[in-house]
Amino acid sequence: MMSDTLRVNPINCTGHGVCAELLPELVSLDEWGYPIVDPSPVPAVLDREARRAVAACPTLALRLLKSDQPAAPAARPARRAPAW
Amino acid sequence: MTATLNESVHGGATRQAGGLPRLLPPAPEDLRGHVARYGQTPYRGQTGLLIGDIEASGLTGRGGAAFPVYRKLAIVARARGRKVIVANGAESEPASRKDELLLRVAPHLVLDGLQLTAEAVGATEAHLYLHTAPSPEILRALAERSARSVDMLQVTVTQAPPRFLAGQESALVNHLGGGPALPTFAPPRVTERGLGGAPTLVQNVETLAHIALIARYGPRWFRAAGTSAEPGSMLTTVYQPQGHCQVVETEIGAPLRTLLPSGGETQAWLVGGYHGNWLPLPHATSLTLDNAALRQYGAAVGAGVLVALPSDRCGLTEVARVTGYLAAESAGQCGPCLNGLPRIAAGLAELAGRGHRKQVRADVERWAGLVTGRGACSHPDGTVRFVRSALTVFAPEISLHARGQCSATNRRPFLPLPDGIPTSEDDWT
Repeated sequence: MMSDTLRVNPINCTGHGVCAELLPELVSLDEWGYPIVDPSPVPAVLDREARRAVAACPTLALRLLKSDQPAAPAARPARRAPAW
Repeated sequence: MTATLNESVHGGATRQAGGLPRLLPPAPEDLRGHVARYGQTPYRGQTGLLIGDIEASGLTGRGGAAFPVYRKLAIVARARGRKVIVANGAESEPASRKDELLLRVAPHLVLDGLQLTAEAVGATEAHLYLHTAPSPEILRALAERSARSVDMLQVTVTQAPPRFLAGQESALVNHLGGGPALPTFAPPRVTERGLGGAPTLVQNVETLAHIALIARYGPRWFRAAGTSAEPGSMLTTVYQPQGHCQVVETEIGAPLRTLLPSGGETQAWLVGGYHGNWLPLPHATSLTLDNAALRQYGAAVGAGVLVALPSDRCGLTEVARVTGYLAAESAGQCGPCLNGLPRIAAGLAELAGRGHRKQVRADVERWAGLVTGRGACSHPDGTVRFVRSALTVFAPEISLHARGQCSATNRRPFLPLPDGIPTSEDDWT
């Protein structure tokens, strides 16, 4: 599969909310205005819109990652201690 | 509470199965004593050789994440050019005291491990990162090694700022690079691009001490303690309900009830420190100290902080106080953490008061869900783990408080926090 997944760099993200406006199918905003992105691969029909949202992010916080990269699995129950 | 480190607990102890204690000598050891006990530093004379032994030993990181050590080593060993190794003794978890004790009583074991691991990955630069000014024992150990030319690489000592996240791998690299000790977003991981862009291996000081022993006695010896999935021993910081704390070296997989009391004076256990889990009693008494067993409860051994909360304290009050600290320790870089943690902390403070609003608990649950998995580092996830397990374990106390009551007969704070929580941005440097 060559589909990509959306990922937010939460440090760069300042909550402009452009992504949620351009791609409401995959991005919603939490109660503080920060994006919650759908962790599953971007469906082919939304590929163009996803690329547009990535390009429009004012802080370059939104990225498309190749799915074959070890992106964090979706909604796995947290169980690990901090990574340090 | 006063936390005292009782060194006699290891030294005086008779040797247990697996040859414990392995890491902690009866008294602080100088270079002569260290060499008499363990022999010279067993350099392999070649990059990469030791990594196979470390893989066979099954050693996992003792800083909290329990990641297989050989994998990080292999990544850095593969890289070319300038490479950096850092012994991480920042121990910024306020309840943990094991790295501090280890560095005081067995500094040469840590420094041997640092040099041997540096050789194994072909590092060209070595650092020791500490949460306080270096102790006299560490300074003396470094001077002794320098005088006797024990080390292949000179070690630069740096003090971490007194922040909870200062020991996080990327924060550590930022600080060594002259910047604030703030986490960054991965990828790239520091093993690929770390200090000054060089591949950087960060290992907890206890992990390095284990490596120093594996290099001498081999993987089979190492596996004589612990479980087959999680071999070896680990250092724990154990808080008894009477208020004192001890650093205890124990086998991984030891029954928790041999480390923590579960009688009437104890109301609950905390395993894994302030990013860890509350466990209810008596249900938790059958558990063992290993991730395979604790995972079923969503818990993990972390950096080995184990607390028996006394029955005379209010669990909610304790949790609210620590959560307030954790919220203040957010690096404030990621929106969900910056916004969510203070709200969660305020919600817990309300629950710990009397007659809280009915919706507060649901609010805390919702905010907990909103911050999970959305930080650049694991601070929001760890904080939420601590809070959520508290909401379950202390549910009866929440009901009491809703009716304007509280079970506590002792109001003195129990869980340790640093004095004077820093709040200005300068404190990160």
